[in-house]
Amino acid sequence: MIPPAFDYTRPTGVDEAVRALADAGEEAKVLAGGQSLLPLLRLRLAFPELLVDVGRIPQLRGVREDGDTLAIGALTTHHDVVHDPLVRRHAGLLAAATATVADPAVRHRGTLGGSLAHADPAGDLPAVALALDAELVVAGPGGRRTIPARDFFVDYLQSALAPDELLVEVRIPKTDGWGFHYEKFHAVAQSWAIVGVAALVRRDDGHIAEARIGLTNMGSTPLRATAAEQALSGADGPQAVARAAEAAAEGTRPSQDLSASPEYREHLARVLTRRAVLTAGGMG
Amino acid sequence: MTDQAVNAAAPEIGRARLRKEDARLITGQTNWTDNIQVAGLLHLAVLRSPMAHARITRVDVSPALERPGVIAAFAGGDLAEGLGSLPCAWPVTEDIVLPDHPPIAVHEVRHAGDPVAVVVARDRYAAADALEAIEVDYDPLPPVLDLETALADDAPLVHSDKGTNRCYTWPLATGENFESVRQRAEVTLRRRYHQQRLIPNAMEPRAVVVTPIAASGEYTVHSATQIPHILRIMLATVTGIPEHKLRVIAPDVGGGFGSKLQVYGEEAIALAVARKLGRPVKWTESRSEGYLATHHGRGMIQDIEVAATREGRLLGLKVDLIADMGAYLMLVTPGIPILGAFMYPAIYKMDAYEFTCTGVFTTRTPTDAYRGAGRPEATFAIERIMDDLAAELGLDPVELRRRNWIRHEEFPYTTIAGLTYDSGNYEAATDRALALFGYDELRAEQHERNERGDTVRLGIGVSTFTEMCGLAPSRVLRDLRYGAGGWEAASIRMLPTGKVEVVTGTSPHGQGHETCWSQIAADVLGVPFDDVEVVHGDTRSSPQGMDTYGSRSLAVGGEAVHRAAVKVVDKARKVAAHLLEASEQDLEFTDGVFAVKGSPEARRTIQEIAFEAFTSHDLPDGVEPSINAETVVDPENFSYPHGTHLCAVEIDTETGKTKIRSYVCVDDVGHVVNPMIVEGQVHGGLAQGIAQALYEEAVYDDEGNLVSGTMADYLVPSAADLPDFVTDRTETPAASNAMGVKGVGEAGTIASTPAVVNAVVDALRPLGVTDVRMPCSPHRVWQAVRDAGRAGAGAEAGGTGPARSGQSGPAARSGDLGQYGEEGSG
Amino acid sequence: MTHIKVTVDGTLYDDEVEPRLLLAHYLRDRLGLTGTPIGCDTSNCGACTVELDGASAKSCSVLAVQADGCTVTTVQGLSANGEWTALQRAFHERHGLQCGYCTPGMIMAARDLLRENPQPSAQEVRQALEGNLCRCTGYQNIVRAVLAASGQQVPEEATA
Repeated sequence: MIPPAFDYTRPTGVDEAVRALADAGEEAKVLAGGQSLLPLLRLRLAFPELLVDVGRIPQLRGVREDGDTLAIGALTTHHDVVHDPLVRRHAGLLAAATATVADPAVRHRGTLGGSLAHADPAGDLPAVALALDAELVVAGPGGRRTIPARDFFVDYLQSALAPDELLVEVRIPKTDGWGFHYEKFHAVAQSWAIVGVAALVRRDDGHIAEARIGLTNMGSTPLRATAAEQALSGADGPQAVARAAEAAAEGTRPSQDLSASPEYREHLARVLTRRAVLTAGGMG
Repeated sequence: MTDQAVNAAAPEIGRARLRKEDARLITGQTNWTDNIQVAGLLHLAVLRSPMAHARITRVDVSPALERPGVIAAFAGGDLAEGLGSLPCAWPVTEDIVLPDHPPIAVHEVRHAGDPVAVVVARDRYAAADALEAIEVDYDPLPPVLDLETALADDAPLVHSDKGTNRCYTWPLATGENFESVRQRAEVTLRRRYHQQRLIPNAMEPRAVVVTPIAASGEYTVHSATQIPHILRIMLATVTGIPEHKLRVIAPDVGGGFGSKLQVYGEEAIALAVARKLGRPVKWTESRSEGYLATHHGRGMIQDIEVAATREGRLLGLKVDLIADMGAYLMLVTPGIPILGAFMYPAIYKMDAYEFTCTGVFTTRTPTDAYRGAGRPEATFAIERIMDDLAAELGLDPVELRRRNWIRHEEFPYTTIAGLTYDSGNYEAATDRALALFGYDELRAEQHERNERGDTVRLGIGVSTFTEMCGLAPSRVLRDLRYGAGGWEAASIRMLPTGKVEVVTGTSPHGQGHETCWSQIAADVLGVPFDDVEVVHGDTRSSPQGMDTYGSRSLAVGGEAVHRAAVKVVDKARKVAAHLLEASEQDLEFTDGVFAVKGSPEARRTIQEIAFEAFTSHDLPDGVEPSINAETVVDPENFSYPHGTHLCAVEIDTETGKTKIRSYVCVDDVGHVVNPMIVEGQVHGGLAQGIAQALYEEAVYDDEGNLVSGTMADYLVPSAADLPDFVTDRTETPAASNAMGVKGVGEAGTIASTPAVVNAVVDALRPLGVTDVRMPCSPHRVWQAVRDAGRAGAGAEAGGTGPARSGQSGPAARSGDLGQYGEEGSG
Repeated sequence: MTHIKVTVDGTLYDDEVEPRLLLAHYLRDRLGLTGTPIGCDTSNCGACTVELDGASAKSCSVLAVQADGCTVTTVQGLSANGEWTALQRAFHERHGLQCGYCTPGMIMAARDLLRENPQPSAQEVRQALEGNLCRCTGYQNIVRAVLAASGQQVPEEATA
């Protein structure tokens, strides 16, 4: 199918991009890699009047260290995230989860910022950003502000970004020494996660000192499995992990769709959380 | 497997020749229909009904005409004159209900996607935009979705003028009375199985380009079709354009699997619009449009009952089908389940067989042929219930089959369904498959895992299939009320320079006919493989044909090439005898050379004879100046390939995920022309059959909307989802054709679906599960395990009893249950 | 209309295009490079895969304007001097195609894999091709073809 007509601008800097967004009001959409947006346009599920193509703003691309934090440009592609040595060393969960996004061709074009701003609870990276306690730096007409990931995902396909704001950077506290695993469960390799579990585990003296669990596709936004996280604290073996994982679906409101009922998703969240934590904690 | 490994003097038939077709396909020098550009080409776009069922109260296309680049726009009524009903060529019973099927709806839409208006614009973008300007008012009518309640007296009607949703009821009863057999049976088993709807998904979406010469009323239709010859006849009928003024070309066609065995509304509409405007017109389907507009496959409820002795000897079989026709009868819609009617008894001997099929209209996209067409459904039901019966009797499923199948020394064998299987060796194929599979070792591992209560269960599925293909003896088709014959044509043109053109009536779209027909002709004529060109897919250059579907091309069309080549040799022999001053009987013909027995220096090559025929300077009296030959072959019997397929799955009972651990199949397709191509056909067939078992389903919601409406929702498996297959062959030559060949195109699809589902159920049977509805998605498997656990292990397992009721139930609410209702585990 | 300059298969094109024009349609309808087909509208099938500045991309999910200033290689640009690449040869020799509609995308996706991982395992090949659908081959011979093109030994089938 064929996209509806739109105007197009390709700013060369962040300020220019923000101005373009501000001038256009609600009817503009940011085009980054376009891997979520273009299919929506082709199916005529979105009708923006203007696309602001931020793909040629070089400052938005790349990974740098900033003390205990990694600063990843919003336009960094999935492919680059997966292969970046800094990400692999300091945010291994992100690298591992990003490697499961879509397929190689899509990973060449799709971007970290685009995936987060799209705010699809079935996408893999929002839950990962939650688990990593990432912060999202956004630029607007009034300057920049930082939004914690836990406040960024507002509702289904809805983020805290104002129409005139642009996501410019994703800041991720380093998780050196943490074990990690992204357990993605899908019907076929290419399809969306029915449920995904992003687990970060810090072990101390044979038990779990701290665990962070991000849940993909367990509600209208990505979620943290806070009850399970608390229960995991102090868990000292597979059986304790299994008991704690029973709390993984608490507070979730998963949807019904072609591939799963809410009940099944809740069940999967428990099983996959157990598996993800055991793998992340090296206890499997 | 490559050419280099093979001796140049070896026969072509049986050789793994690399394909002639590949060069253009791997370099992008293709000729897909959508590639075609002609001067002044206009683009057609189709506005489709968003509702499953509604009366059209108003269509206003005039706003579309205001849009830039728009040349014309038409509502259904604007095109109705000169555009007849789309054809159904297979009215299976005398009293079948044959509804009107306008290519574009005028008064009523009957499925989501039914065309209501078209626009014609300068490019595809302008056409797509203008669709949005068309105004249509609908008066909603109730959707008809449930196959069983659709048959109730008070059901809302798909075609109100017909007074019923029942399209036909087609019965067959042979041998003893089933009821009396049931009386003496020690064991009976009834099951209800569900064939979900599938979307064929040929990789090339459909497209059509019509180029008119208005002044002379001539039209060239390029279409992504499997059936250029049939399409030409049918388009002439639908549009009134005289057949001799229509030329239909199937250029490169990107797969079909039955979905392009059709006469589609868009083909007729494009022709009507090109006629009206006098301008060339192109229509290309988008994938999600095709999900609504290209026919679907399968879609049946199967009630099946077997009667047997305690020792496991089958006594009788009773099958009642309800088949979803969809909203209209397309080219062979009603006949698809009937192609399966003769296959439920499969390879087994029994005393009684009863079959009925009731076709039902629903407000869904019409169904029609999809790879296997009726036979996968039949094979699924019989092979599933054979496994269930084995479990009931405590027999190994392979052993149960051995006790019932036709032994190799019993061929030819006339089955209870009345087919005469010409040849086969089920023992040989099965023994080979069991050895390759490591059957006993896997059974031991399965037992060990079950004992241990492993959360990952191992299941082993068996499918010993046969099928009838190679459509078909024309007289049989007559008896089945099919509207045409089953012959195939071929001609061979011996060119003056010694090169050869093979003209075939088959219409390949991935099968490799150019390669295989070249091999056949090269062998018979004794000419180099590379000196043969195969001409196909254009009603002007290959004017006679019945096209490609139903695994018929080699057994019928290839046989025709073979016979035409033999005719050429016979004609050339007369000329050679004259030139060599010998009698025909004294000539030997080897490797393309006629030589006089005993004096090998007296020789003429067939190329030399071709040139002699061209100059005609020295031909024997009364011999025409040509050694070209043509022939039309009408087969005497169907083709009956068979094989044994074994599948091992591992099921994660915690998540419900099924992983195929190994898949072994040994197929017997008779002699093979090209083993590389045969293997490829088997691989592709397996992938599609496995996809039905595990992944794919066209799901509708209870308003009749297709929920699995894009490739993101309809799960076509990728390389990452499928295993490596171990394939092997046994060769029992067919007795019904000179080459001893059988069809292969559908075998893998037919055999694999029950092998996989049998494996899934086998893995879960110790947990109390006796069935899992297809596709056996993780959700369904998990639900089946959970429900069985709740019911208490074994509570319903394998017992003699009624089929589960209510499975036609209400249509699924967005999802997890599938379009024919309630979950079928237990 | 937006002005773009794109190098496709070694030729520089200078064009005015609508911003919404898909790269796939630009290649097919404007440049006549119909070797790259389109198979879906959700970027699932991968038939339209090309190389965009040296990395695989699905040309149905890229706007022509996004390719401004870029270099595009399609399947038609692979054997410019008439000599097939190792992958093209391997697809032919291993019977890695039937109808051939997915083949351009498969070859471009496989190129991408072999660039990053010159000696992939069979499983890695399967994973790398997860975004390219084929309905004919069941993938087995495609996997064999990619392994063969990488110079690795490929197991022969059990066919008698």
